[in-house]
Amino acid sequence: MKYVDEFRDPTTARQLVAEIRSTATQRWVLMEVCGGQTHGLLRHGIESELRDTVELIHGPGCPVCVTPIAAIDFAQELAMRDNVVVASFGDMLRVPGSRNSLLNVRGAGGHLKIVYSPLDAVTLAQRHPDQQVVFFAVGFETTAPATALAVLQAERLNLKNFSLLVSHVRVQPAMEGLMDSPDNRVQAFLAAGHVCTITGIASYDAFVRRYKVPVVVTGFEPIDLLEGILECIRQLETGRKEVSNRYARSVSRAGNLSAQDLVTQVYEVDDRPWRGFGTIPCGGYSLRSEYRQFDAEKRFGHVSLYSQLPILGVEVCRAADVLAGRLRPTACPEFGTGCTPESPLGAPMVSSEGACAAYYQYDSAGRPPDLSQSKSDKSISVSPNSSSDVSTVATGVSKK
Amino acid sequence: MSGPTWQMYCPIPLDENGARITLAHGEGARLTRRLIEEHIQPTFDCLELANLPDAAHIVTDTRRLAVTTDCFVVSPLFFPGGDIGSLAVYGAVNDLAVSGARPRWLTLSLIIEEGLPLAVFDCILKSVANTANECCVSVITGDTKVVPCGTADGLFLNTTGIGELVDPVPPGPQSIQTGDRLIVSGPVGRHGIAVLCAREELEFDPPPSSDSASLIDPVAALRQAVGPNVRAIRDATRGGVSAVLHEWAAACDLTMCLREGEIPTSNDIRGACELLGLDPLHVANEGTFVAAIAAEAAEAAVKALQLLPQTQHANIIGEAKVRQIAPVTIYRTLGREQPLDEPAGAALPRIC
Repeated sequence: MKYVDEFRDPTTARQLVAEIRSTATQRWVLMEVCGGQTHGLLRHGIESELRDTVELIHGPGCPVCVTPIAAIDFAQELAMRDNVVVASFGDMLRVPGSRNSLLNVRGAGGHLKIVYSPLDAVTLAQRHPDQQVVFFAVGFETTAPATALAVLQAERLNLKNFSLLVSHVRVQPAMEGLMDSPDNRVQAFLAAGHVCTITGIASYDAFVRRYKVPVVVTGFEPIDLLEGILECIRQLETGRKEVSNRYARSVSRAGNLSAQDLVTQVYEVDDRPWRGFGTIPCGGYSLRSEYRQFDAEKRFGHVSLYSQLPILGVEVCRAADVLAGRLRPTACPEFGTGCTPESPLGAPMVSSEGACAAYYQYDSAGRPPDLSQSKSDKSISVSPNSSSDVSTVATGVSKK
Repeated sequence: MSGPTWQMYCPIPLDENGARITLAHGEGARLTRRLIEEHIQPTFDCLELANLPDAAHIVTDTRRLAVTTDCFVVSPLFFPGGDIGSLAVYGAVNDLAVSGARPRWLTLSLIIEEGLPLAVFDCILKSVANTANECCVSVITGDTKVVPCGTADGLFLNTTGIGELVDPVPPGPQSIQTGDRLIVSGPVGRHGIAVLCAREELEFDPPPSSDSASLIDPVAALRQAVGPNVRAIRDATRGGVSAVLHEWAAACDLTMCLREGEIPTSNDIRGACELLGLDPLHVANEGTFVAAIAAEAAEAAVKALQLLPQTQHANIIGEAKVRQIAPVTIYRTLGREQPLDEPAGAALPRIC
């Protein structure tokens, strides 16, 4: 499959691993910013293969994980109201709010529709003029153009029953926050290719000048990630600090200008609450005043999401530490025992980009031993065919 | 919430003013009788159904029978590669076939939502009848209920399949031994992706098509080629190949170890899975099975399957090993053995 197979070639991957090992003279500390990268690193075994050579800290780039609890609670409250339907990406469904997840709310009679594109939510509103459709607009710079387009489409159609619950975040201010923090250990960044496809990479020049760390833009396939790691280590070993684009098949220096125009037209940069971080200055987007009629918070008279800051996870879940790279998912005492994808304590365990979910799915070292032994299953399968869909019976009737 | 998506793939042109199922069709009175006499009985040319007895009588050739039952709530009712009618027959037939039985009889129960166009109803009944014919099974009894509009999604089906066991019957997953090879009969993940794309109107071109099909012939070919060496066979439906292997691993207390490069997948399914963030190993199939075969017979088993067009891409995808890091593991790009997670559910609801 083009653009996939050539970036998963095992021979090239092994060569890159060897080159990374021979280049590194010390165990450098790298942060991959995006949850998609985290999953790529874990799924393809890169993190464990290189564990002795580089320390990979997993960054905050999981939009679902950083969505404030207040926003999730509000979405749930809206879903329970008469004539309101919350439209959301499937990722948000199992993320726990302060008491519940959207999935549980649906089970309790809440109105929730999974969509694959914000424009589907606009179509939903068009088809159901008697319902208020609220789209839960979660995501980084990658998703914001699509939700901006949905707003413009709703305006064109003069829809009075469509609105957005905006929780869009911007990645670079979060990276700056990490670098400014006194306990920062990150020596180089693997920047998120998808975000840079939209934003371009010019804005990283000032970042690199200010913080003196290499920023290497990568894709999400194993070869992309390994090339990115190698480039970081080469720069660190030779004392260079540059912006390097290792995802040129998708990312240009200027980025996607028409997507940027859409975002600028509909949104303005704003301080935003991040789950686990509190408010990050310029850390997200809000609807411009011209489009406030599409703001679900305004329409449904909600107390501002900002009023409940700082928004941190519940005490047991240490998502804040995981998202800031202070805690490895497997070092969390609840990992795999009190917190699993089926009953998560926090968003990183359920989101498809969450770091805890990545370890749970792909990393053997991360699993408590009772998960790798099937002793609990054994007790169920006492009857030889108990797991089969078919039961067999012997009849008393013989062939006549 | 959304409109009736079955219209998208329904092969018949729908007349807005055409006749529809009403609650009276399910009340046991005249309309019920007419529904059965005019729509159901003519579709199934079957002696047992003709007299509408309360219970069908069957005469078996063997003393050992296999029985299975399944409900079908797939949405949409029609999807590329099949419909709820053919799915309901294949579902029962395949469960019997992989258990070592020759499928003979089916029951068919219908829960119909008020308002379903009769033309759609007829079309699905026809599909049930044609598929049953193809699989050489008789629909011998059934039931019909109608529920008010809004309390079901067009049509739900239940089929119970009865088959006669044919020796050698695979002993089952608890008999899997270290070194046994794991075989998959074709490209994985097609049914789940086909239904998901049809339901969510994801516009892939061409639309992915379900693998929904009878497994009677492939299972027979396997039995003929390597009969006594077959430890277990399962059709990899909900939860996909991964769910089957997790069940097997628990049953035999070994690790089912896969090699990613050996697992057959088609490019359209891989592409869709990449976009949707799904693993093809977790996605449902409806005409693809997993088999555990003694090591020395594995090559012969694959060769026998590859002779049939339906299973031409059959392949050895891994083997059973002593339990180490996890119940199911996989070698990916860097050649490291990693755990393969059990499907957590809810990603693809209502696919069968």
